[in-house]
Amino acid sequence: MLKLIRRRLVYLIPVLLAVSLLTFLVAALLPGDMAEVLLGDQATPETLAALRHDMGLDQPLLVRYFIWLGHVLQGDFGRSFRTGQTVLAAVAERLPISLELMLGAQLIGLAIGIPVAIICAVHQGGRFDRAMTGGAFAMLSVPSFLSAILLIWLLAVEWQILPATGYTPFSEDPWANLRGFVLPALTLALGEWPVIMRVLRSDMIATLQEDFIAMARAKGLKQSRILLVHALKPSSLTLVTVTGINIGRLIGGAVIVETIFAMPGIGRLLVTAIYSRDLMMLQGVVLLVASGFVMLNFVVDLLYATLDPRIRHGRG
Amino acid sequence: MSLLEVENIVVDLPTPRGMLRAVDGVNLTLDAGRTLGVVGESGSGKTMLSRAILQLLPRRAKLSGAIRFDGQDMTRIAPETLRKLRAKSVAVVFQDPMTSLNPVLTIGSQLTETMREHLGVPQSEAILRGVALLAEVGIPSPEQRMGNYPHQLSGGMRQRVAIAIALSCAPKLLIADEPTTALDVTVQAQILDLLAREQRSRHMAMMLITHDLGVVAGRTDEVAVMYAGRVVERAPTRELFHHMRMPYTAALMAALPKLDAPPHTRLPAIGGRPPDPINPPPGCSFAPRCFYADAACDKAKPPLSAPDRMAHQFACIRPLPVKVAA
Repeated sequence: MLKLIRRRLVYLIPVLLAVSLLTFLVAALLPGDMAEVLLGDQATPETLAALRHDMGLDQPLLVRYFIWLGHVLQGDFGRSFRTGQTVLAAVAERLPISLELMLGAQLIGLAIGIPVAIICAVHQGGRFDRAMTGGAFAMLSVPSFLSAILLIWLLAVEWQILPATGYTPFSEDPWANLRGFVLPALTLALGEWPVIMRVLRSDMIATLQEDFIAMARAKGLKQSRILLVHALKPSSLTLVTVTGINIGRLIGGAVIVETIFAMPGIGRLLVTAIYSRDLMMLQGVVLLVASGFVMLNFVVDLLYATLDPRIRHGRG
Repeated sequence: MSLLEVENIVVDLPTPRGMLRAVDGVNLTLDAGRTLGVVGESGSGKTMLSRAILQLLPRRAKLSGAIRFDGQDMTRIAPETLRKLRAKSVAVVFQDPMTSLNPVLTIGSQLTETMREHLGVPQSEAILRGVALLAEVGIPSPEQRMGNYPHQLSGGMRQRVAIAIALSCAPKLLIADEPTTALDVTVQAQILDLLAREQRSRHMAMMLITHDLGVVAGRTDEVAVMYAGRVVERAPTRELFHHMRMPYTAALMAALPKLDAPPHTRLPAIGGRPPDPINPPPGCSFAPRCFYADAACDKAKPPLSAPDRMAHQFACIRPLPVKVAA
C-alpha cells in the first residue's frame, strides 16, 4: 500500500507542473497586462514601459514563469494588487465556504443517487426505473442557474422554510449556517445525483448478473446484504471515479451558485478576480484549486485500492 | 418420498426471436444420500434445470411444474421461507470459482456469513468452524487463508473454498454445476474425489452436472442424459455404461478422447448441431443427427420409457440393441 502511494505521488509531479504552466499561460496570455490595468487612463507608453520593467513583465514568458514558479514553490503565491491581501490568505478565508458547499452537494447527490440507482437496478425496466432514468436525464439538462431560481421560488418564497441567499459563519450561528447552505448545495446536487445514479445503476445491473450474486442468493442471504455488501462494493469503482471527476464540475458549478446565492466562496473570489483583472490572484487561485482537484483525484485512486483488493495487490 | 422430486418442469426463456424452451418436461427423483449425474452438451438445459431446482432462474424465465424438496414445493413457497431454507437444504458449487466468489470480500467473510445467517452462530464460532471447514476441504494453513481474497488463491484452491462454503450449513443436497470444467486437468480429479468423499461422509445427496460422461462414471449412482431440454436416457450408472440404448448417449461416449487410440486419430465428433430451441422439430430432437433415425423418428417425440428394464429409461424408437453379456 505504501509503495502504491509513493508510486502515485511520483506521477503527481509532472501533472502539477503542467497545471502550473497552463495556469500561468492562461493568465499571461489574456490580452492586456497588469501594468495597463494599474495605470488605467493615465498610461503613457513611457510609464507603461517603466512599470512593466519594474514588475518584470518585459522578461520573456518562460523566465517569468520560472520566477513565479520559484516563488510558488517557496509558498509565496503573490498578493492581490487590488486589496493587498495575499493569495493564500484570501483562499484560506474563502475555501471553507466552498468546501462546505461542495461537500454538502456531494452528500445530497450521493444520498439521492445511490438508493435510486440500487432500486432501479433491482427493478430494471420497471416503472420506477423508467421514471427515474428519464427524470435523471431531464434533470441533467436543467442548468443550475435555472434550478437555483426555481428552488428559491419554491422553498424560500412560497414555503418560506429556508433563507433565499446569504451566508452566516459557522462560528456565529451553526444552525443558520447550515440552513443557508441547503439551497445552494441542493442546487448543485440536482445536477449531481443523475450522474451518480446513471453510472451506479448500469454497474449494478452488470454486477447483479454475476455468478457471485447468484451464489449469494443460493446462500440464502438477506436481500439487503446481497445488495449493500455483495453488489454495491464491486459496483462502485466507476462511481468513485465519476465522483472524483465531478469535483471539477462542482467547482465550475460553485462559481455560478455562489454568485446567485451570495456566498463568499472561492467561486466568487475567482469571478471578482477576473472582472478586476487581478491576474496574480486569478493565477494563484486557479493553481490552488487545480492542485486541490488533482490531489483529490489522487485520493480517489487510493480509494480504488480500498474498494478492490486486486488493485491493492498490484494485479489491477 | 424422495428427497428431491422434480415433476414435469418446463422452463421458457423469452428471447428476441421468441420463447426458448430451455427445459422441456423433465422428471427426476433423488433420494437422500444418493448421487445423480446429469450429462449433456452445452445448451442441453442441464444448467437451467439446476437453476430451476435452486430457484435461481433469470427473472424473466417462466417455470411450470413442481419441484418438491422434502415434500415442500419450492416453486410455491414464500420468498422469505425459501431464503431461510437455502444453504441448509440445497447448496451449490458453480462452474467457475473465479466468478462465483465475490472478488472484493475475504474468503473468511464469504464463508462465515452463511453460517451466521442460517445457524445463528456468533462470529467467533463461525470463524472456528470456517477454519475447520477449510482444513477439511484440503486447504493448507487455513487460518491465514481466511483473510485472503479469492484472487490470491489458485483455481483449484478457490473451488475448494466454494465447496467449503456450500458445505458450511450441512445441506441435504449439493448441486455441483460443472465443478471442474474451469479447472486444470491435474486438479479436476482431486476436486471430484473431494466432492465424492464429502458426499459419502455427510450422507448428502448430490447432483453432479457435467458435459463429460467420464466424470460421472464411477462417481454417481445414477445418470440422466439430457438433450435439447429433455432427459433422453436415464439408468443406474453401471447399467448405462454397459447397455447404452439411446444413440445420442452412445455418440457422446464415442466422442470421449481415448488414451489407447493410435496417435493422430481424429476425435469422433457428433455431426450437425443441436436443434433450434425456439422452433424445435416435431419429432425426436436428435433424429437429424442420428445414424439410426428413419422417417418414423421425425413424426413424434418418443416419450421417456422403460420398455424392457424398469430402471433403464430411454426416449428412442430405434434404440441400440441390448448387448449380450460376453
